[in-house]
Amino acid sequence: MENLIAPLIAAPLLGAAVLLVGGRRLDRVGHWIGTLLSTASFVFGLILFADLLGKNAEHRTLTQHLWTWISVGGFQADVTFRLDQLSMTFVLLITGVGSLIHLYSVGYMEHDERRRRFFGYLNLFLAAMLLLVLADNYLLLYVGWEGVGLASYLLIGFWQHKPSAATAAKKAFLVNRVGDMGLSIAIMLMFTTFGSFAFGPVLSHTGDASEGKLTAIGLMLLLAACGKSAQVPLQSWLGDAMEGPTPVSALIHAATMVTAGVYLIVRSGAVFNAAPDAQLAVTVVGAVTLLFGAIVGCAKDDIKKALAGSTMSQIGYMVLAAGLGPIGYVFAIMHLVTHGFFKAGLFLGAGSVMHGMNDEVDMRRYGGLRKYMPVTFITFGLGYLAIIGFPGLSGFFSKDKIIEAAFAKGGTEGWILGGAALLGAAITAFYMTRVMLMTFFGEERWKNQPTRSPEAPSAEPAAETRGEHSEPHPHESPKVMTIPMIVLAVGSVFGGAFFSIGDRFLHWLEPVTGHSEGDSPLSATAVTGATMVCLVIGVAIAWARYGRKPVPAVAPRGSLLTRAARRDLFQDDFNHVVLVRGGEHLTRSLVYVDHTLVDGVVNGTAAGFGGLSGRLRRLQNGFARSYAVSMFGGAALLVAATLLMRAV
Amino acid sequence: MSFPLLTATAALPALGAVATAAVPAAQRTAAKWLALLVSLATLALAITVLLRFDPDGARYQLTESHAWIKDFGVRYELGVDGIAVALIALTAVLIPFIILAGWHDADPLETGSRRWRPTQGFFALILAVEAMVVISFEATDVFLFYIFFEAMLIPMYFLIGGFGDRAHEHGEETAATQRSYAAVKFLLYNLVGGLIMLAAVIGLYVVADNFSLQEIASARANGSLHMATSTERWLFLGFFFAFAVKAPLWPLHTWLPNAMQESTAPVAVLITAVVDKVGTFAMLRFCLQLFPEASRWATPVILVLALISIVYGALLAVGQRDIKRLVAYASISHFGFIIMGIFAMTSQGQSGATLYMVNHGISTAALMLVAGFLISRRGSRLIADYGGVQKVAPVLAGTFLIGGLATLSLPGLAPFVSEFLVLVGTFTRYPVIGIIATFGIVLAALYVLVLYQRTMTGPVKPEVSAMPDLRVRELVVVAPLIALLIFLGVYPKPVTDIVNPAVKQTMSDVHKKDPKPEVEAAK
Repeated sequence: MENLIAPLIAAPLLGAAVLLVGGRRLDRVGHWIGTLLSTASFVFGLILFADLLGKNAEHRTLTQHLWTWISVGGFQADVTFRLDQLSMTFVLLITGVGSLIHLYSVGYMEHDERRRRFFGYLNLFLAAMLLLVLADNYLLLYVGWEGVGLASYLLIGFWQHKPSAATAAKKAFLVNRVGDMGLSIAIMLMFTTFGSFAFGPVLSHTGDASEGKLTAIGLMLLLAACGKSAQVPLQSWLGDAMEGPTPVSALIHAATMVTAGVYLIVRSGAVFNAAPDAQLAVTVVGAVTLLFGAIVGCAKDDIKKALAGSTMSQIGYMVLAAGLGPIGYVFAIMHLVTHGFFKAGLFLGAGSVMHGMNDEVDMRRYGGLRKYMPVTFITFGLGYLAIIGFPGLSGFFSKDKIIEAAFAKGGTEGWILGGAALLGAAITAFYMTRVMLMTFFGEERWKNQPTRSPEAPSAEPAAETRGEHSEPHPHESPKVMTIPMIVLAVGSVFGGAFFSIGDRFLHWLEPVTGHSEGDSPLSATAVTGATMVCLVIGVAIAWARYGRKPVPAVAPRGSLLTRAARRDLFQDDFNHVVLVRGGEHLTRSLVYVDHTLVDGVVNGTAAGFGGLSGRLRRLQNGFARSYAVSMFGGAALLVAATLLMRAV
Repeated sequence: MSFPLLTATAALPALGAVATAAVPAAQRTAAKWLALLVSLATLALAITVLLRFDPDGARYQLTESHAWIKDFGVRYELGVDGIAVALIALTAVLIPFIILAGWHDADPLETGSRRWRPTQGFFALILAVEAMVVISFEATDVFLFYIFFEAMLIPMYFLIGGFGDRAHEHGEETAATQRSYAAVKFLLYNLVGGLIMLAAVIGLYVVADNFSLQEIASARANGSLHMATSTERWLFLGFFFAFAVKAPLWPLHTWLPNAMQESTAPVAVLITAVVDKVGTFAMLRFCLQLFPEASRWATPVILVLALISIVYGALLAVGQRDIKRLVAYASISHFGFIIMGIFAMTSQGQSGATLYMVNHGISTAALMLVAGFLISRRGSRLIADYGGVQKVAPVLAGTFLIGGLATLSLPGLAPFVSEFLVLVGTFTRYPVIGIIATFGIVLAALYVLVLYQRTMTGPVKPEVSAMPDLRVRELVVVAPLIALLIFLGVYPKPVTDIVNPAVKQTMSDVHKKDPKPEVEAAK
């Protein structure tokens, strides 16, 4: 059965190759080829899943060795895949949500002349993401890791003729590269510590290594996770990444790729378990980001950017859980899966709204859309209830468990982390209610509006190219788009309960990640009660501000915090001033130094030997040829002398 | 006596050069085809060398040895180890693409121009360079190596100084002056390096009374040839200086941007992908084998210089406004990696460095040749003159991006394997240097993606709106290079298998062993 793992990756890879090399003759069928191969991969995944379920919990690991990739001295990297409960979970999420989003994109990208290429990139993404979660060693994981980065780069910048999209794509890749540095160094540290970087040898020998080394490895892995999963301080790229087409935001920048950092940490659990300092750093990053993203999400008027802030925040929850160690690993992944359902659904809903609104993204120009887009309204609404943790829906189960686990860490840390998670729950309820109210309820603010100001062009350029700046006529999206939304809504509603009843998910994942209950100072009921109170407070405040009162079509100036949050809490400005401007000055001065100083000093030194600089100077006066000839004279003389010696 | 395969591999392009030069002026096209066929036949010979070479056999194989200058003990001695075989293969693979890419670079200019462009000469010179590079990789006699190491400057000088890009923003006179400047700078830098090396070569003869690499190396290994510490160090420095100029290592690098900027793209590839490799190759073969003690003594300084090259080259690449200069500085950064790998003195570092030489050759060829196609369409090297090319010429943009991604060492493409090996090989012995060098991967992403963004994305500039996409000849050049990049990225074994035994030998020459891991976890 393990021989089915390679085809799982090969199917979308083949799709990418065919679609990207195939050329225009595939334009008419390309999107169906892409969707078909993605679905094929999902089917392989289901077959493997059935196979795993048929085995004992201890025997649910399949490996497939293909070939030796690199072998130099003791450095050995194999192309080997490993399918266990953890990677299986990801495979189903990636291919399942991935296939739904392929289907959705058939409708969403219908009018784009480069649709074939779009599907090629999507397939490339699936292949890379599957490689990431199926690799049996960190170096092969790295290939998938950067592969998804490449796909993300290509898809964020899909509408390359827009400078903002091209810039956002570049930024995403660069920030991720900083994280990749961490992964590189972590692998090098593993090699010097364990003589290997395959999962088996590293993760089973953490007991023999010094804690200092393990902490260093853990921190470097955390750096990598921060880049890929948009955690503070490497979060700045995710908001800009919303320049990509909305299906991309749903698949890559919400449901799958951005959760890769969580996968990396959970997969490396053995390292973190033995390095408490690194674990603490992980929880701090998670707690800070869950608040950071939530605050940013409150201030954005662009529906996709509000959702992006939310994604950042929700992944913060997962990272926090992963940092808790065996108390939290299972719940990090469970929240990751339920989040995959409801956040992908929310993004697809946002895309559907934009589709019906001439690609408008500003929520201040929405309002009252529930009458015009009933399916979108209901599916988006269910996703909304799921994410805020409405009792019985997916988010309720998975988020609640994380908050409990945070308290269960114990001590002051437990109180702080748990408190942050609770506060985050309140803010989540606030900003999601805000999105919901501004979009589907209230006045129809898109009526009788002046045309869009050119300073704030829409993320999706189709409207600009079509020149449609007239009043929108909201309408429901076609079936090919609504069906995936409905399926994801079903997952958002029932997923959490299905996983939690009888602790199904816990029993499934426990053999890989381990689990412990921790020691909570609060009872589970108390935590749930507190969470409910937070939820109600958040919803109530949002209702008071955006439900009872009309929403102004132009954003008010706002408080200092609002203004800061609109600018991503100034983190981007900091980057711009320090890194971008500073870097520009550095390179410019280096160019000058190279041209005058280094060149000059070397030439000048040589002048001592043979008047080199004099010759170079005189060159510009037209002596070039004569000097060249004289130098040749020297060289020729040398050869002649050599030959002469032979004759003697 | 068996067939002198190594001599033939070098002699064929040499004879081809003479024959190409002799084709009458009117038969320009015939000369091109002749050169292409000769380069393909040379490739066939190089492949034969590759197949005949037994990685597990003797250190030097396919050896040939004849007395030459008896009084000085100079011999015509050839032999290849795995490192040389890999680099000969690289050279032989690249030359046909260089010729094909430069197919029209030396065509006579339109009427009214005063410049004379000998088409035959262009192709003959390329073949001449190939011959000399190949024999430099093969020579196991120090003096023989020296002669061709120096002689290849002559055809290179004419290629740089005689043939530039078609159009030039400052007019033809300025262009010619700048070209001459670049060519003379190239020549002077390398001649100075060569002269210092000549002194060291003579010094070596005085000490060893011999020019044979194998004899000197084995005499050094078994203790029968003793060198005073200071003598060894001086001789090492003499050799190393010449190789560091050619490689080029910071701060001796400034000739490379000028040379690559002024020459046509295929010649720029010839410089950086082929000729410069002789420098790094010679460090491995001559510096480490002949002067093991001195090599270890100089290691810290060389590693720091290599590290400076990596970061400095990458930063300067970010600041360039000229496409070709940017690629040149990127190459300086990459040569830093190669030299770092060699002097890290670990098997990962040295195998990685050798693999790096091969991969850098292919990736730079892909990036630079596509850049050349781009430049030939617009007649400008300035990045600012482009924009939105992706919209009008998607295949050109796509191949350019792949070349760029290879340059930034994207996993899955060949350069990643070598770069990671060099990094890990350095890290095991010098963790701090290894970590700083890792910044190079961020900077590489910066200069590649900025270049791509400025030239290929954004609104279409009016000047590029009518730009044709890649033609068939150009695709024939690029597609195989990309295929090679992907193949060696997922399956580098064919190269590492022949390189590893040679590196093992070199490691034992310098009495170094790989550091042991803290925990023995690998099976």
